Amino acid sequence: MIEKLLHLDRRVIFVFIALAVGVPMVGGWKFDQGSNPRTTAVHKYIEDLPDRSVVLLCFDYGPASMPELQPMALAIAQHVLSRDLRLVCMTTYPDAPLLIEDTLATVVERLEKEKGIKREDGKDYVNLGYRPGLVNVILGMSADIGAVWKTDFNDRRYGDLAVTKGVRTFKDVGLVIDLASSSTPGAWVVYAHERYKVKVACGVTAVMAQDYYPYLQTHQLVGMLNGMKGAAEYEKLVGLESDASKAMGPQSCAHFLIIALVIFGNIVYAVSRRRARRQTP
Amino acid sequence: MPEHILGLSTEAIGIWIAALLTLAIYSFLYRDNPVYKFAEHLFVGISAGYGVGITYQQVVIDLIYKPLLRPAEVGALAPDYLVIVPTILGALMFLRFSRKHGWLARWPICLVMGYGAGAAIPATVQNMLEHTRYTMQPLVPFNTETQGYEWAAGISMFIMVIAVVTTLAYFYFSKEHKGALGTAGRIGIYFLMIAFGAGFGNTVMARISLLIGRFQFMFYDWWPLVVGIFHRG
Repeated sequence: MIEKLLHLDRRVIFVFIALAVGVPMVGGWKFDQGSNPRTTAVHKYIEDLPDRSVVLLCFDYGPASMPELQPMALAIAQHVLSRDLRLVCMTTYPDAPLLIEDTLATVVERLEKEKGIKREDGKDYVNLGYRPGLVNVILGMSADIGAVWKTDFNDRRYGDLAVTKGVRTFKDVGLVIDLASSSTPGAWVVYAHERYKVKVACGVTAVMAQDYYPYLQTHQLVGMLNGMKGAAEYEKLVGLESDASKAMGPQSCAHFLIIALVIFGNIVYAVSRRRARRQTP
Repeated sequence: MPEHILGLSTEAIGIWIAALLTLAIYSFLYRDNPVYKFAEHLFVGISAGYGVGITYQQVVIDLIYKPLLRPAEVGALAPDYLVIVPTILGALMFLRFSRKHGWLARWPICLVMGYGAGAAIPATVQNMLEHTRYTMQPLVPFNTETQGYEWAAGISMFIMVIAVVTTLAYFYFSKEHKGALGTAGRIGIYFLMIAFGAGFGNTVMARISLLIGRFQFMFYDWWPLVVGIFHRG
């Protein structure tokens, strides 16, 4: 029996994981996520920004990280645009310009439908598009944002846009939020925050979150959204029940299962070692 | 682009293609197979093609062609001839494919390395010093607003100091790990284990999130189309 369990076909575990995710999803199980201070800090900072402040939202991820980061983008964009703030989106990932287009279109339509708030492209928000080389982009933007982004993604001249009027350097930006699937938040902290004192927050995939806790402790980051859970917490703060909130039931069940499997695996391993020791003369 | 093809909306066709490719990729969980290989190669090819398309439009056209030949479109009065210098340096990179002139590709690489090191070294050192400074806080912080000591923060600070010192002791290899250094190193291992455990937990959360993302797509977007076919039938 112990031998069988030790050499259990991994496909059996895949089936269990699929059930742990699928059953709560079909059943619509919900788990309240509460909120943590790191997520709340980002929300509060945006709430406290004066009207017409600029929030620079950087989409530094591709479709592969969408389940974790796209709900964050939607919730943050909805929060910014539901207030009288200006939302400037950019990316240093070639995959992301169309993700930005999709995010802005979804949020603008949702705000108009559900809250009657109308937001205008070029006046309240803009998709600047893609530029390669993150460090060059940040350092270039510190001197003149309009020199780095001469046109936006839809070929409109930077200087002609109402949303970027008077936005020349980081001094004119209220908050930078980097949604990242790689080490880009570190570059924003080092090159933009440390040198030019612009406030930086980030939303990262859960794999990377651990790397950014020291930046929170040193107050180099205003706050941080950690993976899909961070996105669900932010959705709750802005009164939204979307993909991340719906995912918390399946995620919690999958986590319970994995904890159980880790404990079970260790028990089986310990028992097998004890038996092997007894059998050794 | 037509909105319907063979009675199916283009959006529905897109969802069907994405769903079938998702199933093809997940078929690897059973065993490696040609359907999985096909989906994998398709993904690599489309990603590369998409990247080239966006880069051509947003870099070659927007940063080279327009500033040089259509300056009015980027808000300039005259062509920006300075663009020619980085364009030539960038083009030199392609000479790596030539045996005779390949050495010329070293020039732009040297420039990138020199610039990169110059920009990164001071910034990295500054960042490291900032993090070091924050490990040198008062063990029990005094709150000037409440005029009291923050004992809870003090406990965190105490644990952090112990963790930093003992973990550094574990990585100190110039002296044999015996006595006090050995004990500190052993305690350091426990802190490292806790950090690895937290990292593993976060990794599990991330991977499960990706799986949930695919399940949500299959359940909320694709399944209603499948049910629709049976209802029509």
